[in-house]
Amino acid sequence: MEITKDMVEYVASLARLKLDESQTAALQKDLGEIINYMDVLNNLDTEGIEPMSHAFAVKNVFREDVVKPSADRAELLKNAPKSDEEAIIVPKTVE
Amino acid sequence: MAWETVMGLEVHVELATKSKIFCSCTTEFGGEPNTHCCPICTGMPGTLPVVNKQVVNYAMKAGMALNCEITRYNKFDRKNYFYPDLPKAYQISQLYLPICRNGRVPIEVDGIKKDIRIHEIHMEEDAGKLIHDDFNDETKCDYNRCGVPLIEIVSEPDFRSADEVIAYLEKLKSTLEYLGVSDCKMQEGSMRADVNLSVRQAGSEEFGTRTEMKNLNSFKAIAKAINYEAKRQIDVIERGGKVVQETRRWDDNKDKSYAMRSKENAEDYRYFPEPDIPPIEIDDDWYNANLASLPEFADAKRARYVSEFGLPEYDAGIITTQKALADFFEETTAICGKPKEVSNWIMGELMRLLGENDAETKDMKLTPKALATLIELVEKKTINRNKAKEIFAIAFKEDLDVAKYVKDNNLEQVSDEGLVKEIVDKVIENNPQAVDDYKSGNKKAIGFLMGQCMKELKGKGDPGVVNKLLSAALA
Amino acid sequence: MDISNLTAVELGAKIKAGELTVKEAVEAALESIEQKDGEINAYITVLKEEALARANEVQRGIDSGKYTSPLAGVPIAIKDNISTKGIKTTCASKILGDFKPPYNATVIDKLNEAGAVIVGKLNMDEFAMGSAGETSYYEPTKNPWDTSRVPGGSSSGAAAAVAAGEAVCALGSDTGGSIRQPASFCGVTGFKPTYGAVSRYGLIAYASSLDQIGPVAKDAADCAAILDVICGRDEMDGTSLDYEHPKYFDSLTGEVGGLKIGIPTQCYGDGLDKDVKSAVLGVAETLKSNGAEVEEFDMPIIDYAVPTYYIIAAAEASSNLSRFDGVKYGFRAEEFEDLTDLYMATRSEGFGDEVKRRIMLGAFALSTGYYDAYYKKALQVKALIKRAFDEAFEKYDIVLFPAAPTTAPKLGESLDNPLKTYLSDIYTVSVNLAGLPGISVPCGFDGNGMPIGAQLVGAPLSDAKILNAAHAYQQLTEYHKQTPDATGKEV
Repeated sequence: MEITKDMVEYVASLARLKLDESQTAALQKDLGEIINYMDVLNNLDTEGIEPMSHAFAVKNVFREDVVKPSADRAELLKNAPKSDEEAIIVPKTVE
Repeated sequence: MAWETVMGLEVHVELATKSKIFCSCTTEFGGEPNTHCCPICTGMPGTLPVVNKQVVNYAMKAGMALNCEITRYNKFDRKNYFYPDLPKAYQISQLYLPICRNGRVPIEVDGIKKDIRIHEIHMEEDAGKLIHDDFNDETKCDYNRCGVPLIEIVSEPDFRSADEVIAYLEKLKSTLEYLGVSDCKMQEGSMRADVNLSVRQAGSEEFGTRTEMKNLNSFKAIAKAINYEAKRQIDVIERGGKVVQETRRWDDNKDKSYAMRSKENAEDYRYFPEPDIPPIEIDDDWYNANLASLPEFADAKRARYVSEFGLPEYDAGIITTQKALADFFEETTAICGKPKEVSNWIMGELMRLLGENDAETKDMKLTPKALATLIELVEKKTINRNKAKEIFAIAFKEDLDVAKYVKDNNLEQVSDEGLVKEIVDKVIENNPQAVDDYKSGNKKAIGFLMGQCMKELKGKGDPGVVNKLLSAALA
Repeated sequence: MDISNLTAVELGAKIKAGELTVKEAVEAALESIEQKDGEINAYITVLKEEALARANEVQRGIDSGKYTSPLAGVPIAIKDNISTKGIKTTCASKILGDFKPPYNATVIDKLNEAGAVIVGKLNMDEFAMGSAGETSYYEPTKNPWDTSRVPGGSSSGAAAAVAAGEAVCALGSDTGGSIRQPASFCGVTGFKPTYGAVSRYGLIAYASSLDQIGPVAKDAADCAAILDVICGRDEMDGTSLDYEHPKYFDSLTGEVGGLKIGIPTQCYGDGLDKDVKSAVLGVAETLKSNGAEVEEFDMPIIDYAVPTYYIIAAAEASSNLSRFDGVKYGFRAEEFEDLTDLYMATRSEGFGDEVKRRIMLGAFALSTGYYDAYYKKALQVKALIKRAFDEAFEKYDIVLFPAAPTTAPKLGESLDNPLKTYLSDIYTVSVNLAGLPGISVPCGFDGNGMPIGAQLVGAPLSDAKILNAAHAYQQLTEYHKQTPDATGKEV
């Protein structure tokens, strides 16, 4: 299928990627070729085949409802580019 | 032109598990920001979710109680979007195979019965809380709520009035409380309702354009928001405009709703099966174990209270609305064996005190033992009813050993006819005017004389004995 | 002291016997890194101080009998997408910056409990996306056999470090061939265990349903010894298998009598280098002359493995990599207007081109209107691929593939045509889609003297069988003992 510039821009906005004109053009070309190639899958008849998300029939893996100590807050926050002693800080969100 | 309001509800309910859905952090409400967190619920790279089994149990039971079909082969899916309250940038939820489908919730409004259909119930994780700092133009991210288990109960668009919505929510709250799967506290956010609302001309089969309202924190707010939004949409259409599909936020202080700034591409969540969580298969044993553990719900209890205990329909209805009240009724009855007396106390004194104190049944100090003892003491004529009411008021506020209190304060009732006769004679002698009034036909005067006798007896006189001897003396 | 010719098991035995101290072993490894890594660039982080301190601690543990594993005291290097507590873990991406995880991956805890000594974190393709080691933000790794060539990827540092003698052994990760292909390019042995045999907890995810941690080492026996340490059910990973693993090292018999080997004809046609083809088929001949049975069979579905793999892997990656947004850890763009712009600026500056390409591909395959045609379709083809392997393993114990269509290409050749590069993953990706164990063993050299790898693939949980077949082959051949001139050839 044909990959348009609009599609590239739409997907980039979904993925939160900022692209300049040349990057958009390069991705339009690369994705176009790759997705075009992927269309070979349409040669296969998959009617009635159950989509397989897990290769093995593993099921029902659970934890019991038991509380364990939480982590040290300073440890959880120390990698953040911006935080104070109790939380990560981001530019103000608007609702 | 007659307009009809059409609504569907999406209700998020926090499940009352001890630990979070995918990690072992506590679900406790509150706490300093980011102190109920670990690498898993803060989305550290490389961490993986492992499902808390109790979440599945609770979701399954909720579905059973709301007459749903239980999906035997379950999967979790990822819902992808960027927002700072969601540290993984995806919410683990269920899209393709929700755990419950096709349910039904019977409600009753003004004597008219109706079923609200449940489209589905799915399990998911809660997001964190954002704390806005207007002064610094910043937002702080508190991840304590991240990973708290939720079920989302999605109804069909079956509601036509705010009263139906409230009746449904009360029914959900009661049912989930009976199950013990949630405490359903709207003010703490453990039950949150989003209302999808559209209007159409009465008799039309087609749906209008709907809006979704969020931030509805109380039943009162929901009723107000529904009426506001229905009117707003009708106004828009009647002025020749079109309703815009959007999400609106209710402002309870201003009694108004506002369109929220629509998140870019918010609808394209790119759901796909969560690869980190193997499927969940509910076999017959597991299913039946949960089915067998379901408690008796409000409707069944009400019917039983009427048939087994002979309570009036109305009283049985009130008592069974809240699980805490029904439990109190049953426990007290089990001790004293007098369901009608228990019911009378609940419907009278208890309801009055709860109302006066703006208190919740689960917060009161009154124990089944205390009320049962009071009822027994009245029955045995050890105390009279007025004294019992005074003691009840005390026991409502503190854990009271009623029998000991009566004894310590020497409150036993005087039933000794000899003693009462002496008092009656004395009162008659000291109140000739009242006696004359009575004898000249003012029968009400006997009330005054009764009161005087009880006063002399310090309120402890057996009213039956006093009345009998006073009547005889006046005859 | 030169320990570069010793395998991990041999080195561990010498340490246990007191012929060598842990400190000497670690110093030798660090010295080798110092000498060679300037050219090879296999490491992102070298843990000199930490490793030397740990060496003393481990020595005491060995002396007191606390550490008894064959790996006790053995220096090991770790691919930089495996979380190490308090130690920089970058995935070779700018976006992770100086991220120091607050916890250890389960495999790291297991290595520590066994008394292994971690000497450094290894270079790789950014977020394990790449087949040449060239997408690293930390500059490409070079192939020790010829430094004008790539080492393969994405576990580029792991394969190059082991080949160059800069590490005795290493842990890599394999999502579509990322252990097996670089092992073949660098003339070392690389093993991808059955999906779920080794916990993924702490492995920074590329494609969760395909990722698996595994060893890169000098031979199959080392791989078995390492697997003994790192395998097993982990309550932190719901996809780790609840299975009683055999003792992999102890079950190496070197016997292949009666072993049934299947050769999928589709994998030996056009596009396969003729030197590679004859070397790989030579493996079958060698095993056959020692009692194995060899038979050709058809597996036409293999032609669909690459598109299926790239759709699934990219889709999962687009979701897994969303968390890198400049908020919680790592790099944050310096200039942005608001929250959305913070996300976009950070991700655009923080991710390299190949990562962006796969995120875009994945987001596309999951987006409204395309999910059924691409993602769902790929999951259906995955089911067919799994079915084809199930049928093959009814007849054969092992399916023999090349590890790659060619030997290591020159640096820079892989970057200009992404699709062509993707297609070179043809022999490895189907193994991940079906969750199977696979091992790459050195089996010859091409006309340029570059190593060739053959890939033995088995049924789920037949890891012991695969390792034993590879071990048997290595008992009969010397290819795995060849080492490059450490200075590399200048061509």
